Amino acid sequence: MNARLSRLLSNSTLHVLLVVIAVVWLVPTVGLFVTSWRPRPDIFGSGWWTAFVTLRFTAENYIEVFTAQGLGQNFLNSLAITLPGTILPVLIGALAAYGFAWLRFPGRDWIFLIVVGLLVVPIQMTFVPALQLASRLKLTHSLLGIWLVHTAYGLPFAIFLLRNFFAALPRDLIEAAKMDGASDLDVFGRIVLPLSVPAMASLTIFQFLWVWNDLLTALIYVQDPKLLPMTVGIAKLISTYGQEWHLLSAASFILMAVPLVIFFSLQRYFVQGILAGSVK
Amino acid sequence: MSVFRRNPLNWLYILPALALLATFVVYPTLWTIRMSFDTGQGLRFRKFVGLDNYVRLLTRDKFFLDLSEFPPSGAVINNIIWLVVFTSLTVGFGLLIAVLADRVRYEPVIKAVVFLPMAISFTAAGIIWLFVYSPDANTGLLNAMIKAIDPAWKSVAWVGRVETVTYSVIIAAVWMWTGFATVVLSAALKSIPQEIIEAARMDGAGEWHIFWRVTLPMLGAPIAVLTTTLIINVLKVFDLIYIMTRGGPRGASRVIAYTMYTETFEAGKGGYGSAVAVIMLLLIIPIMLVNLRRFRAEEAER
Repeated sequence: MNARLSRLLSNSTLHVLLVVIAVVWLVPTVGLFVTSWRPRPDIFGSGWWTAFVTLRFTAENYIEVFTAQGLGQNFLNSLAITLPGTILPVLIGALAAYGFAWLRFPGRDWIFLIVVGLLVVPIQMTFVPALQLASRLKLTHSLLGIWLVHTAYGLPFAIFLLRNFFAALPRDLIEAAKMDGASDLDVFGRIVLPLSVPAMASLTIFQFLWVWNDLLTALIYVQDPKLLPMTVGIAKLISTYGQEWHLLSAASFILMAVPLVIFFSLQRYFVQGILAGSVK
Repeated sequence: MSVFRRNPLNWLYILPALALLATFVVYPTLWTIRMSFDTGQGLRFRKFVGLDNYVRLLTRDKFFLDLSEFPPSGAVINNIIWLVVFTSLTVGFGLLIAVLADRVRYEPVIKAVVFLPMAISFTAAGIIWLFVYSPDANTGLLNAMIKAIDPAWKSVAWVGRVETVTYSVIIAAVWMWTGFATVVLSAALKSIPQEIIEAARMDGAGEWHIFWRVTLPMLGAPIAVLTTTLIINVLKVFDLIYIMTRGGPRGASRVIAYTMYTETFEAGKGGYGSAVAVIMLLLIIPIMLVNLRRFRAEEAER
């Protein structure tokens, strides 16, 4: 009886602790989410937790951010930056990874080691000269510049991850295909890529989130105000309006919507992608 | 073996990647190292000044490193605070949650909740926490909660005060990264053979004892990996500072990566900013060597 009681007690302590942890982790986000749906006077007059009593909600904040504040354009710009900024490094990285894993050329392993070494060069080391190069080539007033730098910054990790995955594929399989006369492009497209879907998916998700959530690179390489992504648009909202929570909360949730959709729909690949990408 | 022939066309596979890396990473890195020995006014090569930038940064720049008073302050000191506080809290919470959640059936839900902040940007996380920290007790959750307990409480501007700003931003970062630590450590926890735990239990060891003497020692390697990852990320912290404080108040929340940005792009001091970037590189290289060695060890196993 006594043992059962103490186990029951320790079990309930465990559950209480876990619930507290979950609540602590959720509440900051919930608070901002509730705020984004409250009328402006309410936000400044009372805490968001009182909204569960007053029950006054509105979509006005979202409409204002999207239209009057131009975040709608920023949203489209974010997409226009992120899609090529994801596809290019994954594709170019996969080609190179195949080269490093299964093709022979002089100095291959040394070049690969140097590429892996570049993983830890902080992007700050590249800003000024890369920016000057990009503006001399007239790339900073289009999105081409930021596509290229995101590609270059993403490549060391993409190559590192994919080469390791490709190299672990069974050698016999590739040898047999080549004996049958398959070209390298065939082997790459018909054998290596289809067998590497998990790694490719994780990498794609990681790179997508990396570019979508990026603030620093966009601050530097996107100089045309019409082309700014959401992260920079929101940072500008803070400096223009200070703490206008009705705008900032709605804007944040528009920014968060895309990663959250990915999180809930592709959680398995998502977790793998973040785990794999964290070395970057 | 014969099917894997050397062929000049093989280069075509790696050439696009190498061209981009050479143009946007390797050449710029060399340029920046050279620039760190120049005055670099207007982000151009002007005058070679040797180690002047480094000397000035480490001895005469109060915002970068100020050892003249106690406690010392500046971006470097803030980064050290980040390193110690952020890393230990993130690993600690991650371990706690991984171990606790391991014992319940709704583990996936807990892990998903804690991992969720990892998905969102630093920009959004910064705003979420600015709102929590709001000095207005009507809207700021933290002040409101303290006030509910102690009605005499005077609201604190958590990110507006020199003493609290760095820790406040660190808490936001811990909130973001704990999920990552939890997922890493939870995977490691599940790979510990259950027989070992059972054997200890048979010998009459208590749960507490098992955790400290059996589980924790077996998590040594994953904790080390996790810690190096977190340290690399600490050295790159920028977005949260930019969104939440802009380095303020009075420079009190500056970190190294933030200093690089302001000196270069706001003050236009190319040489000075480059020297900060090189210092970042020098701090990251030792961690890179640890990671590379691990990578090679893994290669050797295959």
